[in-house]
Amino acid sequence: MPGLEDLYREIILDHYRNPRNRGELEAPPAVRSEGFNPLCGDEVQVFLAVRGGVVEDIRIAGQGCSISQSSASMMSQAVKGKSIGEARALLGAFKSMMSIEDAGEDGTDDEDGAPEPGVKMGDLEALQGVVKYPVRIKCATLAWNTLAQGLDEADQGDPSTN
Amino acid sequence: MSAPLDVARIKKDFPLLDVEVDGRPIVYLDSANSTQKPRAVIDAMSRFMETSYAPINRSAYRLAAEATEAYEGARTKAQRFINAPRAHELIFTKNATEGLNLVAYSWGRANLHEGDVVVLTHMEHHANVVPWHILASERDIELRWVPLTSDGQLDLTDLDQLLDGAKAFAFTAMSNVLGTINPVRHLADAAHAAGALAIVDGCQFVPHNPTDVQAMDVDFFAFSSHKLCGPTGLGVLWGREALLEAMPPFLGGGNMIADVRLDGFTPAVLPDKFEAGTPPITEAIGFGAALDYLNDLGMANVRRHEMAMAGYALTMLNERFGADITIHGPTNLEVRGATVSFAFRDLHPHDVSQVLDQSNVYVRAGHHCAKPLMRQLGVAATCRASFYVYNDTADADALADALDGAADIFGP
Repeated sequence: MPGLEDLYREIILDHYRNPRNRGELEAPPAVRSEGFNPLCGDEVQVFLAVRGGVVEDIRIAGQGCSISQSSASMMSQAVKGKSIGEARALLGAFKSMMSIEDAGEDGTDDEDGAPEPGVKMGDLEALQGVVKYPVRIKCATLAWNTLAQGLDEADQGDPSTN
Repeated sequence: MSAPLDVARIKKDFPLLDVEVDGRPIVYLDSANSTQKPRAVIDAMSRFMETSYAPINRSAYRLAAEATEAYEGARTKAQRFINAPRAHELIFTKNATEGLNLVAYSWGRANLHEGDVVVLTHMEHHANVVPWHILASERDIELRWVPLTSDGQLDLTDLDQLLDGAKAFAFTAMSNVLGTINPVRHLADAAHAAGALAIVDGCQFVPHNPTDVQAMDVDFFAFSSHKLCGPTGLGVLWGREALLEAMPPFLGGGNMIADVRLDGFTPAVLPDKFEAGTPPITEAIGFGAALDYLNDLGMANVRRHEMAMAGYALTMLNERFGADITIHGPTNLEVRGATVSFAFRDLHPHDVSQVLDQSNVYVRAGHHCAKPLMRQLGVAATCRASFYVYNDTADADALADALDGAADIFGP
């Protein structure tokens, strides 16, 4: 169908059909966070196993559209094995790619302003086309906002950080 | 039998249906959400603001008196439209949601106490769920739920047990998701037999069916202007005079008082008692014009047209897509309207509606403010195509053609 190629790129459809890191982790010890999109009913749960300030494992549960599910799948790949700081930098980079600059209200406010340059987005760049469809931006950011909650909680619960 | 409505002519009455997007016409299938507005409504509101606008109920000059008369004229039109006994039993609210909140807040707080029971159904819109949840959290009242049958009708098997000891039965006359038309009189009789009031969400029913609150024998009945060709910002709550008289006011302020003193106030008589502040005057004029418009079409004709549309859409979609489509709600056209919720293959409704949008086919995708019902259906969301007086079989065909496009993107 003409016009939707920017939105439904092949890599997005691949993550939608074959979601990575799908499932749950026992919480606790894992941190479980939950996000809803009240407009369309999408919901996502992010399970984070953080040790020594590093996201050792991550699982995604929930249900939603191709954009929310593929974004969650790509997010899980991107932050697995990263430090909490690196995960936050990715989060900031992703949100600025989604044209969300004033991220203060969801706990992702970066005091230093824009995320540090040089954050490698990889597959995530495929989601750039979403920006042309403003109503779908919230689909793409759902898993990331849920990740942000989880990172905050992991930070508080992990004595090795801080 | 001739077609009940001349849809080709009706389409011309709605300026927005002439709007093109990407150089192509739009197919508006979201009327259960909100309808488009006919020229007659737009003109009535413009004309009123250009030549007759004035505040109502408080000034002696002639224009204000005429505006008051026009505003009250809309109330009388609404009274006739639902065959209510008395015009002052109709309260103008912001929308049906506010009407249902008014009942829960005013009647509910005066009459419901710890341990009292309110019965709802699994197909209620959030507007007829959350006000009762709020009350339940304050008063510790018990909410009971009438379940659904597998084809999306109310399962009335245990109705009498559910109603046993209940003070109120609050239910929709027509589901905004499934299109199910409920047996309102039967439900009201069952409520009354149990000593409960029948509180009815008529928001989806009134735009699509002849309405007679006396024949239904209900106690409260709420609906909205914007779902029946009128403007947003105005709804109606009808209630029995004796109930409204006995209820405490809802919102306080100007217009709703007979007297205000330093030590208290005396509320105005009906309907002003429940209409605090300056009301949506121009909107009431538009609402009245919308009711005139629908009366000219004839509500019995509207119902016949929508039964035919529902019949066509259900048959055609099932024939074209077979196992790829699952249509929720009743198959019996006698108990359903032309609001068609469906699942298409295993695709998420948001993705389906995105594809349909490429063909300018406008449907709603989401939970339709009915999350308890979504959980009953075992889905997070549905696509909903809802047909109205300005939709014809070509619009249903356009929906099907656009659904074909989903295969182009998501594979066969």
